[in-house]
Amino acid sequence: MTRTTRLSLLAAVAAPALFAAPLAMAACDWKPERAVTYVVPWGAGGGTDANSRMLASMLEQAWGVPFNVVNRTGGNGVTGHSAIANAEPDGYTIGAVTVEINTMHHVGLTDMTFESVTPLALVDIVPSSVLVKKDSRFESLDALLAFAKANPGELTASGTSQGGIWHLALAGMLNAEGLAPDAIRWIPSQGAAPAMQELIAGGVDIATPALSEGKAMIESGELRALAYMHDQPMAALPDVPLTAKALPSGWTLAAYITASGPAGMSDEIACSYEAAIADIVATPEWAAFKASRGSEVVSMSRADLAAYMARSDEALGKVIEAVGLAK
Amino acid sequence: MEGVIGAILTPEILLVVFLCTLYGAFVGAMPGLTATMAVALLVPFTYFMEPLAAVSAIVATTTTAIFAGDISGALLKIPGTPASAAYVDDSHSLARAGRPRTVLFVSLITASLGGLIGVALLATAAPELARLSARFSSYESFWLACLGLTCAVFVGGASVSRNFASLFIGLLIASVGIDVAVGHPRLTFGQVELLDGISFIPAMIGMFAMSELLRNAADPFPSRMPKFTVEPAGAAVAAAWREVRGRWARVLRSGGLGTVIGALPGAGADIAAWIAYAISRKTARNPEDYGRGAMGGVVEGGAANNAAVAGAWTPALVFGIPGDSVTAIAIGVLLLKGLTPGPQIFTTDADLVHALFASFALANVLMLVSGTLAILAATWLLRAPRPVLMPVVLMLSLVGGYAITNSTTALWIILALGALGFAMERARIPIAPAILGLVLGRVVEDNFMVSMLKARGDFADFFERTPSLILGAATLALWAFLLLRAGRETLARRRPSRG
Repeated sequence: MTRTTRLSLLAAVAAPALFAAPLAMAACDWKPERAVTYVVPWGAGGGTDANSRMLASMLEQAWGVPFNVVNRTGGNGVTGHSAIANAEPDGYTIGAVTVEINTMHHVGLTDMTFESVTPLALVDIVPSSVLVKKDSRFESLDALLAFAKANPGELTASGTSQGGIWHLALAGMLNAEGLAPDAIRWIPSQGAAPAMQELIAGGVDIATPALSEGKAMIESGELRALAYMHDQPMAALPDVPLTAKALPSGWTLAAYITASGPAGMSDEIACSYEAAIADIVATPEWAAFKASRGSEVVSMSRADLAAYMARSDEALGKVIEAVGLAK
Repeated sequence: MEGVIGAILTPEILLVVFLCTLYGAFVGAMPGLTATMAVALLVPFTYFMEPLAAVSAIVATTTTAIFAGDISGALLKIPGTPASAAYVDDSHSLARAGRPRTVLFVSLITASLGGLIGVALLATAAPELARLSARFSSYESFWLACLGLTCAVFVGGASVSRNFASLFIGLLIASVGIDVAVGHPRLTFGQVELLDGISFIPAMIGMFAMSELLRNAADPFPSRMPKFTVEPAGAAVAAAWREVRGRWARVLRSGGLGTVIGALPGAGADIAAWIAYAISRKTARNPEDYGRGAMGGVVEGGAANNAAVAGAWTPALVFGIPGDSVTAIAIGVLLLKGLTPGPQIFTTDADLVHALFASFALANVLMLVSGTLAILAATWLLRAPRPVLMPVVLMLSLVGGYAITNSTTALWIILALGALGFAMERARIPIAPAILGLVLGRVVEDNFMVSMLKARGDFADFFERTPSLILGAATLALWAFLLLRAGRETLARRRPSRG
């Protein structure tokens, strides 16, 4: 179903070119002949940057042309995603399209949607978590939710900007569990790091960043992880309870990182990228890199990824609607 | 201990650190290129290095780049970082007065000393510093940023009202972009590129470099423009050493202060330099010289600046929370090497942490060599006639500004703010406070809005926590003092005309 939507969209965009290069003829042996620009919509040093740089350097080895990573930050991701979506779909500009492609347009920041890009490969899946300070009175997610239900607005949480993905993780979970989405008040922050600073300084009660972002402080005992918003435990922190099992609603939420090009990229180029990245993801080098960051190797076909992004768009749209941020 | 020294005194580390100080000096001295950018460009190379070499490379690059920002500040009046904007009027005046090398060697020596003080404090008291920074929530960060802004008003050479005017121009520019609290775009006129606000690099290039060029262009006889007199290197080093030695207690004070402020969350190095400069002026015997060529300001601001760079590593190492964009990149590199920063790194990888501190110290010492080379090269370039030099500087600045955002919007910002800076100079409004307003405006607003959201609009909460009560009371007392002084100045000026 989603596959047909995507193909018909592709056909509509590429209609004039169809006669020259029919989709069915894709041989998947396209190769860039000059340098490729790899746009990262988030800052150097973050998870998206590290994953993208690693992938770019391995594509560089595989294809023998430079892959220049450019951090186009700003506008809560709008700037970088626009740079990817508005580029020529000739295979010489690709980038890290992240889960925000499914939230930005719902909150009215941009008109861009997941249909403005051509997904090539899934790079990382980053599930959210529920963290509290070591001396917090809450020992379990149940206790926390029960308190929030009895005392709406009393507790505060942080992790990212208003309407950002970690805000939706919290509000969506509260909504799914039958609480008001603002039963725990959201305090916006510039990112996960300042939010965790607020948490240890006692400025907020809860933080809901990626579990991997809180890993160092959980291991050192500064923070306590009440839940991991996923259906499989993290290998590095296997004891953190899973929301999929602990909550009646089975709520889960994960951010994701993809490698994507602009919409309208020919199937030939797209499937060549798909094949090259699939080879990279299967290497021990990539596995070692993933293990060093405490995350797992993930992969998905282009078609599955497109369907996954469409599902995520619908689900996040509902959460944003419920939270009252939709525009 | 021997193990640590052995670990850093390998040919590989020495070579990496030395090359990186040269690289940092080059990038820092180029107007428009920043320490953060230098480190970001270095990241792909660190993938192929050992963890210690990788982090040493980052440390050496940042430390030198922050110092080298003073070179373009002193010689061209284009500060490399908002932190060196605090004393750019002083260092440029001194350079014009025929002592360009002396003032640069003063900057170099104090930067190196400040860095060493920072490392010493970091190595002995990182956990204590971290405990202090762990008490900083948005309330404390708000008051600290207010304190920084206040310093901009009472340090400048101009009158209090002109400094106010400049500061508020900076704050106005800072309000462009997505509002941090509710995510609403402001003053962007539908331009996607403006959503993230106006970055300080194009702003500094515009307001300092572009306006300087416009002023030169307004000169009808460019060939008669005064040339710099450059003193012999040996004499300059000796003079610089005398200046620094006579102020050793002040260097210690600013270095300590810089490290502590650098360790706190928020805009560390910038606030550190401004507060150190303000204290320096307050305790100086010649406060009226500040802003017109006071060596004391260059000494203290420069020491605080580089000490804060070391201090900024505290939250990164102890909590795994990056204090600024450079340490964010460094954490990324450490993670890539399988090392997770956090309290346990002091026990599980104690050797690495100590070697890291040692390489910090090494970088600050080797910086003296590469810094000297940079100073000699830069002052040699001053022999070029100004009508030739300035357009080349503009071209390099534009390239640098473009490189920050990879978009032509940066060029328009440079041109527009250049015109604004020119107009401000005409009206005798200083530019430096505007830069601080631009940098701290977002910090103040962000922390204010977050605090108000937390407190549900109750102002009393700004004084509820002990650290915020102390900082808040200090800030309010300073404001009261400023108002009193401004009132007295006005009265004193009126009295003679009445008689």
